[in-house]
Amino acid sequence: MFFQEPPPDTSSYMIAGYAVAFTVMAIYILSYVIRWRNLTRDLEVLDRLRKKTPAR
Amino acid sequence: MSSKSVVLRILDVVAILLLAASTYLALFFAPTEAQMGQVQRVFYFHVATAWVGMLGFMAATLAGVIYLITKNLKWDTVAMSAVEISLVFFFITIVLGSIWARPIWNTWWTWDPRLTTAAITELIYIAYFMLRQAVDDPERRARFSAVYALLFGPSVPLTFYAIRMYRTIHPVVVGSGQADTLPLTAEMKIAFFFALFAFTVIFVDLFWNRIRLGRLQQQVEQLRLSASD
Repeated sequence: MFFQEPPPDTSSYMIAGYAVAFTVMAIYILSYVIRWRNLTRDLEVLDRLRKKTPAR
Repeated sequence: MSSKSVVLRILDVVAILLLAASTYLALFFAPTEAQMGQVQRVFYFHVATAWVGMLGFMAATLAGVIYLITKNLKWDTVAMSAVEISLVFFFITIVLGSIWARPIWNTWWTWDPRLTTAAITELIYIAYFMLRQAVDDPERRARFSAVYALLFGPSVPLTFYAIRMYRTIHPVVVGSGQADTLPLTAEMKIAFFFALFAFTVIFVDLFWNRIRLGRLQQQVEQLRLSASD
């Protein structure tokens, strides 16, 4: 017990792991927000067009 | 499109808080593992993201079956949403595993049964989206996707049981009853189970949000179709 070696220094791998996990999650959420914004804009444009175009 | 419900807004906040708490438990509360050092801390997110990844793929199979029975397009949206979120989480699982393997196994990647089946599962569900892109008609797309999810759904339990069925160097964490189970202290168990719970809530939150996006997408598609008529 007295001669037990300290754990190896693997902190850089841990930091890399968490950095990847948070970056991927952030990119996904950002892509969600962008898609939502674009679709809302499309919906508004299409709605306006529908109202302008007389019913056939 | 109706605005976000209060429950979903609360769930968004709870998911963020749980992610923060889970990160704290994994990075600061759990003790440093004696043999692996700090890199062992990626294990908490690795297993939790794998769990929600598999959960979503299985949910997609179930939603596919329900679509084939009911022919209601909302189940196609549910299946597609589940696959999309699971792909993201499963990708994180694979990358975290690879980062952990570098100092522990001395390699970024090895064709171990668990790693191989996990990589194949990820590729199968990437192909699910390629299939969807190739079909324009919403009903045909939904039918093909449902059959595809049903056919390839077994890749998920195969990935889960790969470390129990074959000789593998991947550690068995849950329910092995064998000596090679990863030894966890009480604090490690708290961080581990909390991460599983936190990521389940995060998954439900993202899933709900993604289904809303899918419904908005359907609305826009319908308006486009009626505008072009």
